[in-house]
Amino acid sequence: MGIIEAILLSVITAATPLVLAAAGELVAERSGVLNLGVEGMMIMGAVSAFAATQITGSPYVGILAGVAAGLLFALFFGFLTLTLVANQVATGLALTLLGLGVSGMLGESFLGMQGIKLQPIAIPLLSEVPFLGPLLFRQDAIFYLSIAIVAGIHWFLFRSRAGLKLRAVGDSHASAHALGVDVIRIRYLAVLFGGACAGLAGAQLSLVYTPQWVENMSAGRGWIALALVVFASWRPWRVVAGGYLFGAVSISQLHAQAFGIGIPSQFLSSLPYVATIVVLILISHNRRMTLINTPASLGKPFVPER
Amino acid sequence: MRIELEKRAKVSTLFSVLSPFIAFALTIVFGGIMFALLGKSPVTALYSFFVEPLIEVWSLHELAIKAAPLILIGVGLSVCFRSNNWNIGAEGQFIMGAIAGSILPVVFYDWQSPLVLPLMMLFGMIGGALFAAIPAFLKAHMNTNEILTSLMLVYVAQLFLDWLVRGPWRNPQGMNFPETRTFGPDAILPEMLASGRTHWGFAFAIIAAVLVWFMMRYTLRGFEITVLGQSERAGRFAGFSSRKMIWFSMLFSGALAGLAGIAEVSGAIQQLRPVISPGYGFTAIIVAFLGRLNPLGIVAAGLVLALTYLGGEAAQLSIGVSDKVTRVFQGLLLFFVLSCDTLIHYRIRLVWERFAVAKTDEAH
Amino acid sequence: MKKLLLALATTTAVLGFAAAASAQEKAKICFVYVGSKTDGGWTQAHDIGRQQLEKELGDKIETQFLENVPEGPDAERAIERMARSGCGLIFTTSFGFMDATIKIAQKFPDVKFEHATGYKTLPNVATYNSRFYEGRYIQGQIAAKMSEKGVAGYIASFPIPEVVMGINSFVIGARSVNPDFKIKVIWANTWFDPGKEADAAKALIDQGVDILTQHTDTTAPMQVAAERGIKAFGQASDMIAAGPNTQLTAIVDTWGAYYVKRTKAFLDGKWESTSSWDGLKDGILTMAPYTNMPDDVKAMAEATEAKIKSGELKPFTGPLNKQDGSPWLKEGETADDATLLGMNFYVEGVDDKLPQ
Repeated sequence: MGIIEAILLSVITAATPLVLAAAGELVAERSGVLNLGVEGMMIMGAVSAFAATQITGSPYVGILAGVAAGLLFALFFGFLTLTLVANQVATGLALTLLGLGVSGMLGESFLGMQGIKLQPIAIPLLSEVPFLGPLLFRQDAIFYLSIAIVAGIHWFLFRSRAGLKLRAVGDSHASAHALGVDVIRIRYLAVLFGGACAGLAGAQLSLVYTPQWVENMSAGRGWIALALVVFASWRPWRVVAGGYLFGAVSISQLHAQAFGIGIPSQFLSSLPYVATIVVLILISHNRRMTLINTPASLGKPFVPER
Repeated sequence: MRIELEKRAKVSTLFSVLSPFIAFALTIVFGGIMFALLGKSPVTALYSFFVEPLIEVWSLHELAIKAAPLILIGVGLSVCFRSNNWNIGAEGQFIMGAIAGSILPVVFYDWQSPLVLPLMMLFGMIGGALFAAIPAFLKAHMNTNEILTSLMLVYVAQLFLDWLVRGPWRNPQGMNFPETRTFGPDAILPEMLASGRTHWGFAFAIIAAVLVWFMMRYTLRGFEITVLGQSERAGRFAGFSSRKMIWFSMLFSGALAGLAGIAEVSGAIQQLRPVISPGYGFTAIIVAFLGRLNPLGIVAAGLVLALTYLGGEAAQLSIGVSDKVTRVFQGLLLFFVLSCDTLIHYRIRLVWERFAVAKTDEAH
Repeated sequence: MKKLLLALATTTAVLGFAAAASAQEKAKICFVYVGSKTDGGWTQAHDIGRQQLEKELGDKIETQFLENVPEGPDAERAIERMARSGCGLIFTTSFGFMDATIKIAQKFPDVKFEHATGYKTLPNVATYNSRFYEGRYIQGQIAAKMSEKGVAGYIASFPIPEVVMGINSFVIGARSVNPDFKIKVIWANTWFDPGKEADAAKALIDQGVDILTQHTDTTAPMQVAAERGIKAFGQASDMIAAGPNTQLTAIVDTWGAYYVKRTKAFLDGKWESTSSWDGLKDGILTMAPYTNMPDDVKAMAEATEAKIKSGELKPFTGPLNKQDGSPWLKEGETADDATLLGMNFYVEGVDDKLPQ
């Protein structure tokens, strides 16, 4: 295995949870809901996936459990912010706090246990292609899902009627409501989808990235995912670009250190953050394009007049 | 069954006073159940959380120390959030304020003068404001979303501080451990009262809250913030510039976060170390919204949140629950407070409708 | 409502006093942790020590702890809370608690304090530390024997003297076996982020190291090593479960012995402020079983361990050069503790640059 290939493999593993969580959050935000609780839903996904895998022995059950945990937390968030119109920003932050606490409690009996890794699935023929085969077609199910989900979101948002409705709700809930769209229902579904994706991202952490459970193992990845949604200017494929850019710079800086280039490690460690900012500046100079894609009702509560 | 909200014609004064108490009562009930389920005495647990930290003088001082940075940052953020600017990088501005403010006591440590302290505070505010100027500039002139830039810059600030205290600013007498010189007596923010450790940082927080409250309520600037926050278009018609508002609100919140940073370092830590904040900049976002973006409400919210930290420790000792349990309890309290605020603007109705279900079935 | 609350408050207060009274015969020994007591690394090792203390002296003492205490004013508050709640002896188990410990100790001269890995003492503040580097030396020797390529990877946390000391000791040990041995260092800039630690492990392996050692807390690097089929060393606790065919040995922190010793002294009224820096011979660190290696390597490791315990071998013994080749220790000269505790330079053979 060549070094480039090896680096790219690490990048894919590091980027997948970011892409997944960001893609889910993107849908929620497109519907006008800002959920800052990604980190909390992610860590819940990680602990639930790990626990279920330990109990049943099957990482696929683990994946389902991770998704379910994300859904449950998202439902809770939805109840507070959509039904009770509590403030979205504060509720999201509190959700993160709760997630870190609850996952720590649930995970206590699973600490130090040996994880079961989700095994890769080789896709016939394609996996034999040199270079690209081992990279893209001998991956685990969650990686395939992450790409499928992004493609699905793209199709859904821009090619389907339901997607059009969802975007309408995010852009102007009042007009959408006037047109007879059930704003709350669509937002619930979008938030739940976001939760499921964050849970899946968490499952990737405890089943693929590092098959183990340790408290706080998401280590801020939920926050990076939130930033990536903005980076992507709410366009699905750009989430992939952003996630892989961030992953690539993170991994490269480790290689630069191992290579011994003599720059303080703190500067190298800050590169992924700086790179993300710089690229965003470069791509956001077009004010009109950005405005078109930004959901205008983002973060604003909606209560139907009766 | 479903829940329906009906907007009140007028904001309910009754419920804006009552809702925190309802939330508190709900927290007591549900928290009590949680502790009982964990096999701990709910009475002792709740006593530790809400009473123990308030009955001793030293503990009240600790409460003020813990609340000070939360309030100071939260007040600044409220101006930002009200004007619809999403600065979520206060943590980074806190750190850069602390660094800028520490230039005098760390680099020019020989200089002893009563001027040192006011200059440090000033530098702290400038440092925080300058760091917030980056996302402000990028938003106002490069059209770059401030949520991403301000958040990413937090990590940059943390790593920069880490490098400083391990490299150039490391204490030459400190056995090569990662910390700067301890500040000289002229560089330490004095204690306010003889009875405990509370330093002037708490006074800064209260003063800032009152000033911002006054600004929001009685000045044109306050009106401008509100109008631009509600509708950029309306603001433009009134002759306000949203670009200037980006600059003002970001620099203002950055300056207060920076002041909080240097006050914390000078008053409580008295040197720089690799980590100087347990996430105050992020917690302050919760505080700002918990206080309904009202500066005086933020003072109350900051104190309540600080209380849950202190109470959490007391509970760990008195009933032996883990730190995780106290986090969950804290989350519970926040959720109840946030959702009870709904009552201020809305009437909540439970609707029992059979035929509504039938109707959706038909639609399928 | 108000009456009810008052009643509740009084009952608890009474209960509280009753509890305090009955506890009076038992001394309270308290611990302040920087991390979670189940972090699988540094803090967990201290908590295992606390549990051992309870087991051995449980009839005379009770223990209490606060976990996830941030350094700075929060630490001061946590320590003060303990001092006020009747703790007689308080262990503060992170370097960052140093100044907080000193401040509170000045306020409570009757309470005894023990601060881990610091250097400031008072009549009622002792310090304690462990000579982890002794274990690193043995690891270095094993690595030099086991590595085919002669390059080891080192995942480091933060550039503090203790970590630098470990890197140096590892290299000195390795070079005592293979004078050309090299190591590659990655600073993860975290103690605790499984994902990042795993990424660092992968990067090192991809760059050709065939043996891995870590000074971070999770078992993620061990897992990666197992997956890639190379050998590795565990850190802070025995990580054999994460790599049954991978772990060669591990440095296991065993603070319990020290906690029992000091608590006994405290109970007997013989506690004095000391600066203790114990090593393998005192049992404050132990080596996990030597596994996954040929018998001759195992024999060498055991012999070295015995020599260190007897004092015959000191890892930092000349002739040793600094990284740039300038002489540091002459033939037979050993480094003093002060130099070691403040170590901020590399010895020859480290392929990395320290931030200055």
